Amino acid sequence: MAETTYVEAIRQGIWEEMERDDTVFVMGEDVAVYGGAFKITKGMLERFGELRVVDTPLAESGIVGAGTGAAINGLRPILEMQFADFMACGFDQITNFAAKCRYRWGQAIPMVIRAPAGGNIHGGPFHSQNVEMPYVHTPGLKVVQPSTAYDAKGLIKAAVRDDDPVIFLEHKYLYRSVKEELPTQDYTVPIGEAGVRREGSDISIITYGWMVHVALEAAENAAEEGISVEVLDLRTLVPLDRQAILDTAKKTNKVVLLHEDTLTGGLGGELAGIISEYAFDYLDGPLVRIAAPDTPVPFSETLERAFLPSVEDVVAKVRWLHRF
Amino acid sequence: MSTPAVAHLQAKFDRDLCERFHYYMLLMRELEDRIENKLYRQGKVVGGCYTGRGQEAIPVGSAILSRPGDWLTPSHRDMAALLIRGITPEEILAQYMGRATGLTKGRDGNMHMGCAERHCVPIISSIGASIPIAGGLAFAMRYRGESNVVFNYSGDGASSRGDWHEGLNMAAVMNLPIVYLCNNNLFAYSTPLDKQMKIADIADRVAGYGIPSEIVNGNDVLAIYEASKRGVEHARAGKGPYFIECKTFRMSGHSAHDPADYVPNQVREEWSRKDPILMLQKYMVENLGADEQDFVDMRKRVLDKISDAVEWALEQPFPDPATLEDDVYAPA
Repeated sequence: MAETTYVEAIRQGIWEEMERDDTVFVMGEDVAVYGGAFKITKGMLERFGELRVVDTPLAESGIVGAGTGAAINGLRPILEMQFADFMACGFDQITNFAAKCRYRWGQAIPMVIRAPAGGNIHGGPFHSQNVEMPYVHTPGLKVVQPSTAYDAKGLIKAAVRDDDPVIFLEHKYLYRSVKEELPTQDYTVPIGEAGVRREGSDISIITYGWMVHVALEAAENAAEEGISVEVLDLRTLVPLDRQAILDTAKKTNKVVLLHEDTLTGGLGGELAGIISEYAFDYLDGPLVRIAAPDTPVPFSETLERAFLPSVEDVVAKVRWLHRF
Repeated sequence: MSTPAVAHLQAKFDRDLCERFHYYMLLMRELEDRIENKLYRQGKVVGGCYTGRGQEAIPVGSAILSRPGDWLTPSHRDMAALLIRGITPEEILAQYMGRATGLTKGRDGNMHMGCAERHCVPIISSIGASIPIAGGLAFAMRYRGESNVVFNYSGDGASSRGDWHEGLNMAAVMNLPIVYLCNNNLFAYSTPLDKQMKIADIADRVAGYGIPSEIVNGNDVLAIYEASKRGVEHARAGKGPYFIECKTFRMSGHSAHDPADYVPNQVREEWSRKDPILMLQKYMVENLGADEQDFVDMRKRVLDKISDAVEWALEQPFPDPATLEDDVYAPA
């Protein structure tokens, strides 16, 4: 059976949800005639028509506002931000209104905001950022980032069916670099459940997105040195799977917190807080954060390579932590 | 370009309709007066306290045309729009007092309230943000092939926000059924219009988006009604959005704490002679045989209703702190 890429998995997930539920529609810049900057919505205009596959003016705040209004009035929008970086233009609509509707007036906002995120694609400061944290910090939003094609399809379908606004972060580097065989039958991946990607006994790496693959490669290298590394893929950043986080910390007693996002104010600090508060007695070494440095994402290859956490960075820290 | 102000009424208004106008304008005026000048000063209402004193004609003359399937996105100076949609003075007062039975269960205050069942979106404090929201509401109407429309309310200050421009442009491009009621009340908080924009009429901004517009006397409920009727017919017929700039004046500060010293006395005096309620009463006396006693009776009816509502609201429970973390997300 043919393997499906991450990008195709998302496309299939959206397609199937649109076939299943005619209140689901997609809206964004260049999504209809052009099929989207990354071709996620390719072919949808021909299948579902211009009422359900909607090209908009270049106006992220307008798009998020329109999606929110449509969600209030009974539809289930899937909005495309051309790059996650530009979601900042819709920040007010997302955080000040959409996220608060249920709390303020009991109004569900079943809306997905898709946002291609992440680096390692030579995108530079405006096309490579990891923007999750402002949204993670906004009560009322759910935030997910799949690392595999299976999860990409299962999570986009779960996001569409969810009754809360979901920020769906897609990693651009993974779009065409990961693929696998997918089930032919309908399935979802529940929002809020992390997944153990590799079992291990000496050290846990808790991570998400592209860094899952970096962690797995690092774990493979560490194994050659006799260090057994467990890799936990968070998959959902809000709500965090606290049980899975604490389970792995209690199991290996040494934890590395890895993300591609910059260090200060990154998710690693929150994860360290959770583990420190609820599993402190189980720790045999310091909680170690590995993240990008606190700079904008640089363009030039040498700079970007230095910026992104690498397999070597992770192996070095794993080796260091193992000595405790 | 925008069309000039409609100087003369095109139709004669019957007594029944005018009495409804009068009732809602008076109810809004007196309810807000009770909130601002009594309950707020007594400490029974805390936090911000915004009123639409002097602007009552705008929500009344427009929202009265709304049908059940329509949606409204009122601003903080459009309390009458909520009243017309069936939200009661009791619910409004409980909201202002932060009680559990208020429309936001004490989670938000004052005019920051809405109601999904009655199709009123609560105010978004980042002014102008409701313009794209109106677009989405209208998009869903067109999606289902309905003839419903959205009534969107905002002010002159909102027209400086990017959202305002993004939302109007999208609505025009997508041909969405929205009637925009813009209250140009000369001040955004303390900022006068000439520091808000270089032109005199907001309608001129709208022209740039290809949206038809008109400018009306925002204190004349009959003129608002007629303009809104044209706008609603336009939008229901699938002809796209319609914009009505209502020239008016905020007869109060931005909020209860604001004495509005920045408003020149001359401006204040000029507009006090154009009080929208007095204007309507004059019309009713001159054309419909109403007299002073009718207005006294109506005012008493309204005041009694408000007193009963205040009494009820004061007895309402405050929210239980145990509910603090409820309703952030859908139940699992």
